[in-house]
Parts: sequence; structure tokens; C-alpha cells
Amino acid sequence: MSTGGYQGPTADFTPTGFGSDSPETSSRNGASASVINPPLFAADYKRHEDLKSMLDSSKDGQKREAMKLIIGMVAKGKDCADLFPAVVKNVVSKDSEIKKLVYVYLVRYAEEQQDLALLSISTFQKGLKDPNQLIRASALRVLSSIRVPIIAPIMMLAIKESVTDMSPFVRKTAAHAIPKLFSLDPELKDELVEVIEKLLKDQTTLVAGSVVMAFETVCPDRIDMIHKNYRKLCNLLVDVDEWGQVMIINMLTRYARTQFANPNQEEVAEDAPFYGEKKKKKKKPKKKKGYTMDPDHRLLLKNAKPLLQSRNAAVVMGVAQLYHHVAPRNEFGIIVKPLIRLLKGHVETQAIVLSNIATISADRCAMFEPYLKSFYIHSSDPTNIRLLKLDIIANVAGESSIHTILREFRTYISSPDKQFAAATIEAIGRVACSISEVTETCLHGLMSLLSHKSENVVAQSVVVIKKLLQLHPKQNKDLIDQVARLADSVTVPMAKASILWLVGEYCSLVPKMGPDVLRKAAKNFVNESDIVKLQTVNLAAKLVLSNPKQTRLLCDYVLSLAKYDQNYDIRDNPVSSLNGLFLQGEETALSKYAKKILLAPKPAPVLESAFKDRIHWQLGSLSHAVNSEATGYMALSDFPAEPPDPSVRNVEDDSWWGKTKEKKKNLHGDSDSEASNFYSSISGSDVSGSDNEGSEEGSGSESESGEESEEEEEEEGETSSDEEDALEKLKKRFGKKIEVSDSEESEEESEEEEEEESSEEESETETSSDEEEETPRRSAIAKPKVAAGKTAKSSALKPTAAASPRRSEEPSLLDFDGWDSVTASTPNSAPLNSYPISTATAVPGASTNLLQPLTNQMAALATSSPSSSASSAPPSTKPFTQEIISAVHTPKKTYDLLNRITGNGLAVTYHFCRRSHITSSKMVAIDVTFQNCGDSTLSGIRTGSPQLQSGMRMSSDVNIKALTAGTSQTVTVGIDFNDTLQPAKFEISVAPGKRYPVQIDPLVGELLRPMSVSEDKFMALKDKLTGMHENISKLSVAVSPASLQPAVLEVANMAPVATTTKSNMQRYAAVTSTGNLPVLLTIVCAEDTKIVVNCEKMVFNSMLAKAVKESLV
Amino acid sequence: MLDNGYPLATESNVLKELIKPPSLVRSVVHTITGESKLANVSSTLPTGQLSNVPWRRTGVKYANNEIFLDLIEELDVIIDKSGTTIVAEVQGKIQANSRLSGMPDLTLSFMNPRLLDDVSFHPCVRYKRWESERVLSFIPPDGPFRLLSYQISSQSNVALPLYVTPQFSFSGGSGKFEVKVGPKQTMGKVVEDVKLVVPMPSCVTNVNPTSTYGMPSYDPVSRTVTWNIGKLQTQKYMSMNGSVTMTSGEAPESNPTIMVEFKISQLAVSGLKVSRLDIYGEKFKPFKE
Repeated sequence: MSTGGYQGPTADFTPTGFGSDSPETSSRNGASASVINPPLFAADYKRHEDLKSMLDSSKDGQKREAMKLIIGMVAKGKDCADLFPAVVKNVVSKDSEIKKLVYVYLVRYAEEQQDLALLSISTFQKGLKDPNQLIRASALRVLSSIRVPIIAPIMMLAIKESVTDMSPFVRKTAAHAIPKLFSLDPELKDELVEVIEKLLKDQTTLVAGSVVMAFETVCPDRIDMIHKNYRKLCNLLVDVDEWGQVMIINMLTRYARTQFANPNQEEVAEDAPFYGEKKKKKKKPKKKKGYTMDPDHRLLLKNAKPLLQSRNAAVVMGVAQLYHHVAPRNEFGIIVKPLIRLLKGHVETQAIVLSNIATISADRCAMFEPYLKSFYIHSSDPTNIRLLKLDIIANVAGESSIHTILREFRTYISSPDKQFAAATIEAIGRVACSISEVTETCLHGLMSLLSHKSENVVAQSVVVIKKLLQLHPKQNKDLIDQVARLADSVTVPMAKASILWLVGEYCSLVPKMGPDVLRKAAKNFVNESDIVKLQTVNLAAKLVLSNPKQTRLLCDYVLSLAKYDQNYDIRDNPVSSLNGLFLQGEETALSKYAKKILLAPKPAPVLESAFKDRIHWQLGSLSHAVNSEATGYMALSDFPAEPPDPSVRNVEDDSWWGKTKEKKKNLHGDSDSEASNFYSSISGSDVSGSDNEGSEEGSGSESESGEESEEEEEEEGETSSDEEDALEKLKKRFGKKIEVSDSEESEEESEEEEEEESSEEESETETSSDEEEETPRRSAIAKPKVAAGKTAKSSALKPTAAASPRRSEEPSLLDFDGWDSVTASTPNSAPLNSYPISTATAVPGASTNLLQPLTNQMAALATSSPSSSASSAPPSTKPFTQEIISAVHTPKKTYDLLNRITGNGLAVTYHFCRRSHITSSKMVAIDVTFQNCGDSTLSGIRTGSPQLQSGMRMSSDVNIKALTAGTSQTVTVGIDFNDTLQPAKFEISVAPGKRYPVQIDPLVGELLRPMSVSEDKFMALKDKLTGMHENISKLSVAVSPASLQPAVLEVANMAPVATTTKSNMQRYAAVTSTGNLPVLLTIVCAEDTKIVVNCEKMVFNSMLAKAVKESLV
Repeated sequence: MLDNGYPLATESNVLKELIKPPSLVRSVVHTITGESKLANVSSTLPTGQLSNVPWRRTGVKYANNEIFLDLIEELDVIIDKSGTTIVAEVQGKIQANSRLSGMPDLTLSFMNPRLLDDVSFHPCVRYKRWESERVLSFIPPDGPFRLLSYQISSQSNVALPLYVTPQFSFSGGSGKFEVKVGPKQTMGKVVEDVKLVVPMPSCVTNVNPTSTYGMPSYDPVSRTVTWNIGKLQTQKYMSMNGSVTMTSGEAPESNPTIMVEFKISQLAVSGLKVSRLDIYGEKFKPFKE
């Protein structure tokens, strides 16, 4: 097999530059193959030849097979570089599978063969326009992975283009490409920053993590770009992928440190010890100091909290450091448990976590005290972990736990691990130092260790004892004496030096010991190690000052030995020269002060954690782990004394809202989508996040959280600045409205992120056909809701307003004044759930006026059941919209709520009346009929104490003063089931203290509101709800199309879609009552009936399909 | 999978979809069909990345729809010389193996969720639901995965099912030891895979362990005596004794620490119990619930 043979085609293919590359790679290939597996040598070459011919063949199948083989070889680590030209040719292949494989190959080899790779670039540019998002993404990835400086402009263009791509996956890849391009050509920074700014606006979880990563590598100092996206990032946090979470948390920590006021201001100012702080804090309520946490600051902490439950140690660590650096001290406690959980991970994780805990615990010891036992050393721990744990135990030890700790330490000392035992003794010293109560005990314990068998233990004990004795030398005279006696027996230099120093320092306390110790030390001087020699000289000097009579000669001897010592340190020791001076008997200036210099009182050493000094590093960072600044480390700035203007984080529309608060009625068309935009930055995206997950309870729990945050913000808003106050009020005011449009948005979000921009911009700039289709629909659905919210409010605000519908004939979107006043008339009927029929019937006169554009069915319904006319008037029947219409059919079926036997004569039934409820369009209206079947009058019938799942709501309670025997009364009750199928439980009570717990079980078909759409629209919607949002079930029975419609309408409150084509196919559309999510039902009648349900709520899908199926059988 | 150093996909299911892990069956198939090892590489990119549930691959289909949940608890205990328990910690995890078609939405509830106060979840679990209702609601990944892990500390009275009484005596250049093992409160369960590891002090040069049951062995490199007992017999008297040779003059400062491992199946120390598992969102009938 000659190499020349297969170089031929490559030479054809690349006119320049390749010649030098190719032989090198091929020979490398040959060599490696022969070394690893000689018999394969020939086979490999043959394979390459074969592969080439396969790649050159005209059949896609063969090419695909060849590419698979090549990628297989790449995956196995075999060099396939020589196939490069043959593979590159196939980059133009039409087959997407081949294309993908070629891309994979290029990512691997493009960097090695840059010149050849250039040939493929035009294909990538084409690939960037491929309809398949995976191809687009990988084209971009490969393009950005080719490190050829000349193509930087092309990359820039490609990135710019991909940033506006429809697919979030492609945008994510674009974000990844940014740092690659930045490292290739740093001069493009400005342009890249612009791109990042654009990407930061993205609303999808997929992109968020990656773009923050790009931000951190390219322009971490441009914190101003974060302002507008801050709230969004906080809200998306939970749903971002793990590594993205780490990135975002770290970035937001930095952000928070620059933008918010220090939550621990008081403490810093007072600079009191930790225990003290705690008490003081309790005494001083926050208001006194005037510190209120910025709602955004709170938002970050709140949203980061659930991440402590992540399985990824990096995420938990990230949140922990966030809380450490940003949270108020009293909230810090929640991170303790998760951190301790991490200790069960790998040794490497343990080491990092422990070193961080060590740093934290040096500062906030009380936090970890309850978990002390988690830091006990296991026999399987490696030494570095043991040392870290010891450090933490010593940090954490408090008065209550000290005795168990000391017992534990005693066991550790006998460990065969010398380093560990020594560290334990040091830890004992630290504990003794910090807790004065046990200093004595520890000291005695350590003294007993002096007779320990192990030399090391003794030596270390001496060193620690020396330090401890320095604390209270006077009281421990006898101990010093005892230690001094050890001077001959101890051989470890450090220990011996310590003893000598101790004797010298406290020679006045043990006057008899000094000369004797010195004598022995002098005797052995030449054999000692340097440190002991130094201390001997020191001791001699000190003694001669205090007791010249006995020691002068000895001192002379020692000094003369030292003078000729080999070690220049000892020779030149200032002490020796100093002594040399005054020992000659002359009174020099120095000798006068000799005593002061040598025997000056020295401060006791402070024994503290080795991790204390790491406190200034950002926790969890590499710099913290190695305790020196790593490249790219960005120090956390201190909290600003005066926090910057918080309004910078408001999305533009906020301020707009504030200004036009008065005018909003006139501008309502615009403000609607503004509102949704604005709100999504507070809680909206949260909703969307988990809706995307397709969770059945998604919007339930999420919207609850949305409310929560709203509440919280409201509370805080009260104490914050006026400006914020105003904002909060606005929020409160428009809370309902915003919530509605918000959920509407979440539905579309997955397809169209661009829509987030303000609506003016939207209509002007966005021209894609898809968008155009979406926008009107959205506004159409959302607006009536606005009306609903608005009217509910206005009715509450001005209950006495007169009923004067002005422009009922023209259903204009701007017609708010008229609309307000109409519904303002309903206050009579709004609380009127409880006084049914009689008073409510007064209203229809006014409201039918307005309801002229109502559909025929509705009108028929209104007249046929007068009892319902009161509540059929509510705004949510929407004369405005073409889409949500009133019920096409109302089932007659009633359900028992309370049996007349159990109810002692009171029978209660309910019936889904398929009207919108008067107070909120989200509520499902239910007619509840109370019937007195007994013989006596029942009085004081009430409903109350509802037990509802979170997110569910019930309208005001029923209160029937009296119900005479044999009569019945119907009351409309509204329940917002929050798009779940949870039962609404409540109690019915009858006057003399009787209570009956009852529950209303929602039927899936009743949680809908019919929507009238065109067939095209229906199909467009359906196309978006595929995959897991689709439920297909089959019925083996054939159903005649004629009988189909009544059956379906009986179980589901949907509207049939007018069909033009196939007659055996029927379509129905509706929206869910709370979330306004479209629900689409398609029934195909053939030999067997096929039922297809599309809805974002998967529970709806399956339950509705089931219900329809049952109705058809 | 990394892109320019940034983790792109770390979910094992996604990675397995990209490159299938080698298995015996597959290698047999390859040998027979002569397809060579290359079919291990999937030719399609994982579509899961694009969806909102990146951990689950799309288009899963099984004939038998089943999911296995293994509740595994590990007990870490430190016992001092006198036999008192100093620390007892329970770490548990639920290891699941999902073999369910389509996009099932599962809800797992516990009899006593209060036990779990510090938990970490697989990303598929919905935090909010756990916070509010203490049930695990999730769309599982396909195949084996760890659903959650938890830690229960300060378990005050963990009844250990066995006892170990060691006796060591070192004098001069030699020593003797005897270790007895026997069952305590086993609660009717079988204690399996009992294994004792005794790391000897560094001055020990050789150990000759013998035992009444099982085969103890001494590894001179790591200086450890390992005694694999296997199933703990209730009737038999089990002890290991032996003599120790040491470099003369040195006596170990303390007795060695003994590490004991054992396994009990069908028992959760913490008492955590799964009450039910509901499947929503898919039509199929689970093979076994």
C-alpha cells in the first residue's frame, strides 16, 4: 500500500498548502497503527481506500455508511486526518445525516488542516440557512471551532445572524461561539458585546446560561448590560441547565455586590462579635435603621434558594457563596445543611467544600455547631480531609460542645497518622485559646501528653503548651516549671527550642530552673540543630540580664561557641553581637536598654484557623481553593455605601407606565402588551419556565409563586421609596390584568421570544409572517381579559356608579368608559351570588343593551334561563372578541353535592352552567341549587371554609338567610380551578351549627371556554402543540358524524370549527379557563374513531380524550 | 460533552444516546453480523437537547412498561473503643430504572415525607411541587438514574445488627489479636456481605490470620487484614485470630481501627417508605406498578 497512491486525489483537491501537511499526518497515522496493532496496519489502509471510494460514490447510502465508519474510528481515537479532503467534499451533501456526520468530523480535524477547512466554509454558510435547526447549530459550531484568523469576519457575520434565529438551540450555539471568536480575535470585542447585549434579552432557559458564560468571558465589567435583564435571569434561574446556573449565580453575586446595599450594615458598623450581633439585631427592628432590602435583591435570594436542592455540587456551592456574600446574616442558615450534604460526595468535592466551610465557620461558627458530628473524622478519610475537618471542628467548638470534642480529640491523638495527630494537638490549643472555660483542662490534658510514647506528640504538645502558657504565664508557674524539666528528654528541635524560649522568657517566674537548663543546653550546644542553638543564645542573653551572677560564665561560653558557628544566622545573631558589646563591661547606650529589648513583654500569639485569611476570596472560586489569585479572578467589590438607583432594572415599560397611568384608558391597545412585557420580567417568565416542562400543575404552583413574589414586593414596597411605592401600587392595580396576559404569553413564548419587545416595536419591525399571525390573536384574547380585570376593579372602586352604557353598539377596543360604567352597575349583582334571581334580574335590561353583538346561542340561552341572565351579563362573555364565545350547548346534567338524607332535609345539587363567572373570567360558573326537602324552614345556609389547592380560588360565599320548606334556590358559585382537576372542597353550614363538608369535582370539559377559530388558525395552533402536547387515542367503534357533535358538546364546553374540506373530520376548539391555553380536539370518523387532543396541559390532553371517548361509546 | 470548555451535555442519557456503551449483547451481535464495532455510534443527534426535558430522549418505546425504584440507604457509624455509637448518619438515595414509553409524568409520594429534610434531586423533579405538597413529580429520564438523594443526620438510636469485639495485645516484637463477630438485632433480616478490614500499624511486618469461618487474608503492601465473612450465620461462632510480627522495639501507640461493612436487603434504616407511584400523561398500562 503506497502512500503516494492516496495522496493523489488530495493533491488534486487542494492546489496549495496541503502538500506539506499530508505526508506528516499520513505517516503519523501509519506509525500509530503499526505500533498499536500491526495486523490492522494493512486493513486500515485498505479501509481508508475503500472509504474514499465509498465517499466518492454517487449513492447517499454508501456515503452515509462510510461517514459512520469514519466517525466510529474517530470515536475510537484512530487518526482519520488523511481522509479530510474526501470528507470535506461531502459537506455539500443534501442528506442531512451525512451532513451532520461531516460536521462532527470537521469539528475534530478542522483545526489541524486549516487550509483545507477553508474550503468547507461556504458550505457552512449555506448550512447556516438550513431549515433543520440541528444543522444550523452544528454548522455554526463547526465554523466557530475552526481557528483560522482570516475567517473571523465570516464568523462574526454568522454569529450576528444566528442570534436572531428562531431556534433557541441555534442561539445557544451562537452564545457559545462568542468566546471562541473573542479568543481568536480580541479586537472584535465591541461588536461581540453588542451581540451579547442582544442575546441577554433572550427569554429562553436554553440560552440564558450560555450567554452569561459569554458575558463573563468577553465583558465581565459591563455590569450595566445586566440591569434590564436582571429580573428575567433571576426568574429563569431554576429552569436553566446546571452549568448555566453556576455561571448565572456567580455573575449575579458580583452584580448584587455592586448594586445593592449591604444587608448587614448595622453589624458592620458596630463591629461586634457574632453573638452580640445577633442579640442586637433582635432588639433593633429593621425599620429603625431604615434599611429595607431591595425587592430585586430579595428576588435573587428567593429564586436561588431552591437550587440548594440540586444534585450538582457546583450549583449548591454557587448558591452557598451567593448567600455568604449577599444575604443578610440571619438568612444564611439555610445553606448549612446542603453544604454538609455535599460532604458525602467524592473526596475532591469534599476537600473544596470543607475548605469553604472552614472559611465560613471561621467567621460564623454558630451556624455549624449543631452539625458538629458531621465533621467527625472517619477512618477512611485521607489526611487532607482530616486536617480540614479538624480545622472546622476547632472553629465551631463552643462551650456546650467542647467536652465531646475534647473526648473525640483524644482518640485522634492516638492515630497512626502523625501529621493528623500533630494537627489535633494544635486544634486542642486553638480550642483552649478560644474558650477560656476549658483552657485549664486543655492545658492539663496537654501536659499529660508530655509523657506520651510518641515523640511527635510530645513535641507538638510542647509547642502548643508554650503558646498557651503565654496567655496566662503567672498562673501557670508550676506548669512552666514542669515543662522546663522536659528540656533534656525532648529531642525534637522545635519542642526543645520552645522550652528554651519559655524558660528564658519567664526566667523571673522560675529563677532556679534557668541556669540549670542553660548549663545543659550549653553542654550539648554543638550537636543541636540551628533553631535550638538560636534559642540557647537567646536564653543565655536573657539569663545574664536577670541573673548575671550564676550565668555570666555560661553565657560567655555559649556566645563564644556561637561566634564560630557554621551557620551565619547564629554567628550574626543580633543578640550575640549585642551581648558581645555589653559583656565587655562598658556601659554603652545599648546595654542600658538591653533588658528592655530582650525582656519586653510580648503579646500572646493568637491561635486561629489557617482559613481565616481566605475570607477575602470569593467562596468557591479557584483562588479561594489555592489561596492565591488565579488568572481571571475578579474580586468581589464591597457593597456600595449608597446603592445605585434601583430603577435601572426596571424594564423600560415600567417608567412608561408610571407616566401614563392617567392616560392608560385611551392607550389601552398598546398598554396591554406593555403590561405583559413588564410583568414577565417580574414573574411571568417563571411561569413560562415550568409550563414548558409540560407539567400539569405547572401554572398552578407557578402562578402561586408569582403571587407570592408580588405580595412580597408589595410588603416591601410599603417601606421603600416613594417611587417604588408608586410602582407597587401600579402592580397591585394591574395585578390581575397582567397575570392574564402573562400566562397568555407563556403559551407562545416557546415559539417567539422576539415578541417580548414592546408592541410598538413589534408591529413596526417584526415582519415575519408567523409573527403577524400571532400578534392579533394574542391581543384579541388578552384584551377582553383586561376588560374583565378592569371592570372587577372598577366595580369595587365605585360601587355607586350609575349604569349608563354609552356606546354599546360599537364594540370598540378603546371603549372603556362605557364598559366601565356598565359593569359598574353590576355591583348590585356582583356580591349577589348570595341573593340570587330576584335582585339580579334587574340588571339584564342594562346589560342586554350592551350585549347586542352576542351570538345567537347566547341570546337564546339568556332568555331561556332567566335565572342565569344576571350572571350571563358579565364582561367575560366578551362581545368584543371573535375568538372566545359563549357556550354552544349547556348540558342539563346535575350532580349531587349534598344528599338530602345526610343534609337533614337540605339537598344541594350543582350543575355546570357554562357561563363565565361574573367576577372573573377565570372562574368556572357553577349553579348550585339548594332545596329544602324537609318540613321546617332552614335558615342561615352558608358556604365557607374552602380547602383549595394552591392557586385555586372560589368566589364569595353563599349566604341564604332562610329557605322555607319545599322551596329551592339557585346560586351561582364561581371556582377558579386553576386549570387543574383538583376538587374544590368547602363546607355548607346550616344555622344551628350543622356543618357538611362537600366537594365539587371539576370535569375536564367544564374547565374550558369555547373558542371560535378558523380552520387555518386551528391547524396553525395544532402544529405548535405536537409531541408531548398531543394525545391520540382510538376508539374501535365507528361513530356517525351526526351523533358526534351533541355527544362532544355534552362533555366538553368547546366550539366546533367550521370545516370546508373533509366531512368525516370534526374539529373543536376552546381555551382553558384560567390559563387561556388553547385546547384543540380533532375527531376523525372512519372505521374506527380517532380522537386527537392538543393542549399544553398534558392532563387536559389525556383526561379530555378519555371524557370524549366515554361519551361516544 | 463540552463546547470550548463549557459543559454542554452532562446528562448520561444524552451521552449514551450519542455513543452507546458497549455491552455483551451488542458485541455478540456485531461479531455475528460482521458489522464491526461502529454501530456503537449513533448517527443521529440527540433530539432531547432541543426539548424542554433535555434529560429524556424522545420516542421511547417499550413492550413492557415498567419502572424500578431502589431505595438504597447507607449508614455511616463511628463507634468508639467502649462500643458506644458516636456518630450515626444515614445517606439514602432512590435509584430508579425507568423503562416507560413516551413521555410519562410520574408522581411519587412517600408514607413519611417528613423524614426527608435535606434532599437533592435529579433535575427532572419539580421543586415547587415538592415544596408545597411533598410529593415528587417528574418526567423520568429513560434508563437508570438517581432520582434523589437525602441525608438524615442525628439518627440517635440506630440499632446495629451485629457486634464486633476486637482484642489486641502487642508486646515487644510480636502481638496477638482476636476479633469476634456475631449478630445482634437483625430484625429477622439476613445480614450479608459482611467484611472486616483491619489496617495494621506501620510497624507490623507480617500477620497470620486464621478464622473459624471464611478466609481472612493479609495484604503486606497496604498492611491490611481483610476478612470476608459473607452471610452472617446466627448459629456459628465466628472469630478471627492471628499473630502479628513487628519490627522489634516499636510498639503501636494504639489499637487499629476496624472497618466493618455489611449489607441488609429489604430494609431502610430511616424507615422511609414509598406509598404510591402514579403515572399520568400516557395511556399504556404499566406492567407492574
